[in-house]
Formats: sequence, C-alpha cells, structure tokens
Amino acid sequence: MIGQVVVDGVTNGAMIGLGAIGLTLTYSLLRFANFAHGEFITWGAYLALLLTGALGTVLGGAPIGDLTFGWTLLAALALAMALTGALAVALDTLLFRRLRRQGTEIALVIASFGASLALRSAVEFIFSLQPLYYSHDIAMAVRLAPGMQATEDQLVLFGVALVLMLGMHLLMRHTALGRAMRAASENPLLARLVGIDVAAVVRGTWYLGGALAAAAGVFLGATVQLRPTMGFDLLLPLFAAAVLGGIGSVPGAMAGGLIIGLAEAAAVPLAGAQYRAAVSFLVLLAVLLLRPAGLFGKAD
Amino acid sequence: MLGLASYFAFFLTVALTYGVATLGLNLNWGAAGLFNVGVAGFMAVGAYVSAWLTAAPVASHWGGFALPIPLGWAGAMAGAGLAAAGLGAITMRLRADYLAITTFGAAVSLQLVARNAVWITGGPFGIAFIPRPFERLADRPFGFGLANLGLAVLVTALVWLALERLTRSPWGRVLRALREDETAAASLGKAPDHYRLQAFVIGAALMGLAGAMQAQFFGFIAPDNYLPVITFQVWVMLVLGGAGNNRGALLGAVVVWGLWALSGSALHLVLPPGWQARGASLRVVAIGVVLAGMLLLRPRGLIGEEATVSRHVPPAARAEPLP
Amino acid sequence: MSLLRTQALVAGYEPGLPIVRDVSLSVEAREIVVLLGPNGAGKSTLIKAVAGLVPYVSGEVWLRDESITGVPAHRLVRRGLAFVPQNENVFAGLTVGENLSLAAAVLPRPRRAAQVRAMEDLFPDLGRARSQRAGRLSGGQRQMLAIARALVVAPDMLVLDEPSAGLAPVLVDLVMAKLRQIRDGGVAVVLVEQNARAALAVADRAVIMVEGRVAHEGAGASLLDDPVVAQLYLGGRRQQA
Repeated sequence: MIGQVVVDGVTNGAMIGLGAIGLTLTYSLLRFANFAHGEFITWGAYLALLLTGALGTVLGGAPIGDLTFGWTLLAALALAMALTGALAVALDTLLFRRLRRQGTEIALVIASFGASLALRSAVEFIFSLQPLYYSHDIAMAVRLAPGMQATEDQLVLFGVALVLMLGMHLLMRHTALGRAMRAASENPLLARLVGIDVAAVVRGTWYLGGALAAAAGVFLGATVQLRPTMGFDLLLPLFAAAVLGGIGSVPGAMAGGLIIGLAEAAAVPLAGAQYRAAVSFLVLLAVLLLRPAGLFGKAD
Repeated sequence: MLGLASYFAFFLTVALTYGVATLGLNLNWGAAGLFNVGVAGFMAVGAYVSAWLTAAPVASHWGGFALPIPLGWAGAMAGAGLAAAGLGAITMRLRADYLAITTFGAAVSLQLVARNAVWITGGPFGIAFIPRPFERLADRPFGFGLANLGLAVLVTALVWLALERLTRSPWGRVLRALREDETAAASLGKAPDHYRLQAFVIGAALMGLAGAMQAQFFGFIAPDNYLPVITFQVWVMLVLGGAGNNRGALLGAVVVWGLWALSGSALHLVLPPGWQARGASLRVVAIGVVLAGMLLLRPRGLIGEEATVSRHVPPAARAEPLP
Repeated sequence: MSLLRTQALVAGYEPGLPIVRDVSLSVEAREIVVLLGPNGAGKSTLIKAVAGLVPYVSGEVWLRDESITGVPAHRLVRRGLAFVPQNENVFAGLTVGENLSLAAAVLPRPRRAAQVRAMEDLFPDLGRARSQRAGRLSGGQRQMLAIARALVVAPDMLVLDEPSAGLAPVLVDLVMAKLRQIRDGGVAVVLVEQNARAALAVADRAVIMVEGRVAHEGAGASLLDDPVVAQLYLGGRRQQA
C-alpha cells in the first residue's frame, strides 16, 4: 500500500509542482498572492478540450497505443499552454498592472480573488457544472511493482510534466531571461539600472506561469476529469507547495509539490479521500510555525 | 402588501447580519490592515457553534444542548474568536499576505470538515430546526418578520456602538498609529503584533456572531452556505462602502445584499429553468467584473484614505512601483 | 558639446505635483558636479528623472547629442549613463562577483571579464571579498560595491544619490577620494549630497537647488567660502567635517 501511496503522491505531486512554479514566481516578483492562479489551470484544461475537438477533425483523434489520448491532445496541450500564457499576460495588463501603478497592495489580492471568481464562473456558464472528459476510453493500468500501479496515461503525462519542470529549472539557472527574472525578483529597481527590462520580465513570468498551469490542468483533466472548480480546488495545495518550497524558488515549488502530493496521498488511507485538501492546510501551518522561509527560501 | 413588507423586513434582517460581518472585516482591514480572506470560515464557525448550542438533541450528530439563543450567540463569538486566535498566533508576525493565504486555507478546510464530518456537523445537509427567535410569533409572518428585524437592528446597533467606542479609545488610537507608522509606534513600546492580533480576533468574533444570527434567522445551515463567494461578497460590501468607516460598512452591506438579491430574483424570473444554474454563474462573473472595475476606477474613495503597502516592502520600492 | 544637458526639466511622481520645477543645467566630461540643497529641494528627484526612474512632465534631457527624454531606465546604461541609488543599491542575495558579472552582462561578451577585473583592481577590497554575499558586507564595502557595479560598464557618466549616507567620516573621505579617482579616469560624476563639506572638497562645480529650481551655481571649492551658499544652505556656520 505504501508503494501505491508513493505512485499516487509522485504523479499528483508533479502536477501540483507544475502549478506551483507559476504561483511562486509571480508571488516573488510581484509581491502578491495571486488567487486567480488556479483559473489558469482550469482555463488551460478547458481550452485544451475545445482544441482537441477542433483539431480532432483535422488530425484525426486516434489515440497512441494504449493511451486514451493521441497526438491531438498533445498538440492541444501545446496550444493551450500558449493561449493560457497569453491569458495570464492579458489579466496582468488589464487588471493587475494598473492596480500596481496605483500602489494599493490589498487591491491586488482582492482583485485576484474577484478575477478568480469571474474566470471560474465564466467556465461554469459556458460549460455548466457537469464533469467533462478528454476521452471516454478506459485507461490501461500498468503494474510497476507488486502493489504499485499507474495508468499509462499517468506515466506519459508525468514524463511530460518532468520535462517541463526541468526545462523551467534550466531556464531559470542558465539563460539570460532566468537571470533577469531572479534579479528583478530580488530588486526590481536595481535590475532596471543594470539594463534589465523589468516590464518584459514581468510579462514573461506571467506567460511562463500561465503556460505551466495550463499543462497542470491538462494533466489533471486527462487523468481525472474536468470541472469548473478543478483549478480553484488546487489553490490551497499550490499555495502550500509554494510556501513550503520557499517563495521564488522553482526547485522549491517542485519539491514542495512533491511533498504535498505525497502527504495528500498518504492522508487518503488514514483520513479518507475527502480530507485531502485539509492536509495542505496542515502542512502550510506547520511550515509557517517552524520555518516560514520554506525549504529553499531565504530567512526574511 | 403585508407579504411585501415582511419580505422587505427579512431582506433587511439578513442584510444587517452581513453588516455585522462587514463591521468585523472593517476592524480587521480598515483599522488594522489585516487581509482576512477567510470571512466565510469564521461565519461558519459561529453558525455551527450556535446551532450546536441552541438546537434540540438529534441522534444523527453531536450537539443539541438546547441552550437559549443569547448563549448560542455568545458561544459563536467565542468559537470564532478562538479560531482566529489560533491562526493569528501563527501568522501575525509574518508578511501580510501569508495571513491571506492562511485564512483562505482555514476557510476551505473548515468548509471541508463541515461537509464531511457528518457526526459533528450533520454533513452536506447541515443542521436543521435551529430555534428561531420569537418562535411563538411564527404563525404571524408580519409580526414575526418585524420582531426579527428589531432584534437584528438592536444587535447591529450594539455592535456598532461598541466599535465606535473601541476605535475612539486609547486602544483604537494605538491601532491607527500602527497603521500610519509602525516603527514609531513600536518605539513607544506598543507591540504591534499584539494589537493586530486583538483586532483580528474581535473582528473574527463579529463574523462568528453574524453567522450565528443567520443560523437563527434562517433556522437551518448547510456547508454550501459558506463558500468563498461569501467572503468575496463581504469584501465587496466593505470596499463599496469605504473601508475604515463603520457607517460605510453597513451601507455597503445593505447595498450589495440588495443588488445580490435583486439580481437573483431578476435572473430567476427571466431565465428558463434549465438555465438557472448558469444564470447564477453569470451573476458571479458580473460581480467580479464590477469589483475589478471599482478597484481600478475609484480606488481612493473606496479602499480607505491611504494605501497600505505591505510593511515588508522597503521604502525605495514603495516609491517606484513595478512597471 | 556638453556630456549631459537638461532643459527646462519639470518632473515628479504625480503629474499635478512636480518636484523638479524648471531645471536647466549641463555637465561636461571629466568633471565632478555636486547637487546641494535643503531637504525636499528636488535634488534626488532630478537625478532620478535623468536616470529614467521618475516621469517627466515637460522639458528635455540630452546625453551628448542624443535626446534621452523619456528613454526608459533600463536602456540608459547601454547609452553610457550609470546610476547608483541611495538605498538597496546592491543585489544583497548575490555575491560580490555575481553582482559585478550581472552588471557587466550588458557589455559585449569579450569585454566582460576584463571589466570585472578592472573593478577588482580599482576596488581591491572587493576583489578580496569576491565570493562574499553582498548583503553581508559592511556599509563602506557595500557602497564601494554599489559604485563598482555601476562603473563596471565603463559609463561616460556616473550619477550617485547621496553616496555618503550612513557612512562614518573616514569612509566618506574614502568614497569622495574614489570619486576623484574615477573622474581622473575620464568619467563624469554627478552626485547629490547632504554632506556638503565633504562633497565640495572634491567637486569641480556645485549646483544648489531650492524648491525644485537652481538657486545658485559656482566652482566647488569657492562655494565653501561663499556667503550666499552659507546662508542658503550651510546654515551660516561652518559645519564639522
């Protein structure tokens, strides 16, 4: 049973990590907790749904091997990531950037809460509350070891998630953009003085965060289901993962996501599946009590 | 005619309960600069505590002490205050938006417990048959409605008076000083976190009271009454009315509740049955957009006199906002 | 042609509340100009406007023969104008070496290492502290790093906002001596200073601002004895160094 907990925890943890990266980056760069981040997950998933429908007529929707999805979903994933990144940038340009200029920090948090409600309710309005699926095929399970199994879908998407997270980590560490993002996070004024276009960095951060969230959404939608609250329900685990990992740290968000994923999976046999989200809250409280800076964060 | 009057009385009664919650939020935010994104959670605590204390015993879940309503309400305030004290003890010394995340998490977790811990909270169906004030008058709707309204007005007035006294007291002055210039106030020997924690707890207790009042006025409660949209509504009430201003808080509550109820009724009348749920979603979209618009276009008049920037932001960065 | 020239510059954080009200001044190559004046005179706001950090209401600024009016801050460093803010002027979380290489990143790749080495030669203390986190440096070292960070791109003009703030007197003298050394190396230096005495000792020229306008100008050393300056700003008494 422990083995299955590990499998479930790791696969879920990868998804939470993907979502938490964008959250931790915008939190660190812009100094506010974006409650609308979950909606990038939701919109990414639903956009991919629309795109699979549209692309299916063009590319044919044949699944690959034993997976429930095929190239159509993967293409839709790429497009949904691009579109959701643009959505994130648009939200910042239309709403958050203007509020930043006016200088009221509380307005940002409330506005993000309001934007979250609006975006979520828009999905409800368009798609209704009914759960939806990318495919109604049965997912083939693969036995990894005695007592440990995962579906092929999960394994492939987990691989995709790993590649994305690794790519993001490399970007932060070894590219000029990554250096610029870290400098701008630490000291935006000084970053401008060393020639960094901080406005462009802000847009880039939103774009990447939104795109990764969309990937998390497709992952969730493909392995579980699509619901209008899917992203919002992940907000608490995402915040917990970001805080646990240390605000602003991409490896931290990944590690935090993994730990939260494992903790939630471990809680299921102990407390029942309904209390999963409460686990994140307990982890969050523990982190704030013991080490508020998180695993990879600097002490404030 | 009488029906309309009693409907109006009920509407105002509920609006005033939200008013009490908004007054509590005003103490949190307007007076002490605290981001409380868990309003619904504190209302839920108050509602359930009051329900447990006042309802008759029932086999399916805990509680049912059949105590008088005033005790129920007092217990509600204590319960919500205690929850806030626990949360606040952990987060008060940290950066401002950690409180937002923590209160949000608390509200989500509480709602989760309310839904699932069937033997404590009655599960998804909640608790019914909560004793209502003036139960004897229940068969005369107009008198009943008026009596309840009177009680709501009385409680709200008492809360309002108490808050006005509190803000003009030395305690209130310290809070204001802390909001203006924390370092200076701290140098006078006033521990900022202590005062903020007190403001947090009292505000939460008021939210608990509001929840308890609603429990008694409606006669039943359910976990789905305490979703994040409730927190959002109370914030809109505060923001619309003008934070830092108790009168504004009450006014905002009545106006926003009025708009909410009106739009609900309008949608109910206009939309065909199959579209009701979707119409509800549209209502929320509209409110979200309206709030965003207000924040953009009328920030000064709505969110208090000065902007409160997080105390962890260094002065240089305050002067040069990010592009 | 002047290195830097402002004309009728009006600037402020909010359009209706200009802090710099009408300033026309010029700075030549290889000179040290100090801006003096009472608090609120607009000295810091002026240099921040020139550095692209504070918006203009009207007026123009030229760097050599190119207008830099409205050019955003992050582009100015490539044009040869480097600014050292008063606070938070190093990346505290990075090491000394990382601060310098990050700043040098705007240079063409072949020049970067050489420029960083040149800074370590000019500021030997920093060379020794290369792998120390900038946040852990002493006040004096940090100020030197802040200046080195700006200088590493080999700018034509170095602009500093109160470089002596918070420093002990002996360190103030060191900073001022370093600025003189920098000027001798061919870089124009403009600084805002509260410590008028220390600044006037090295300045070639001084500009005194009062309430957003230029009230008085003159050669640096002579202003120390100038009764007008003493009345306007030095309080009519000689200050302790």
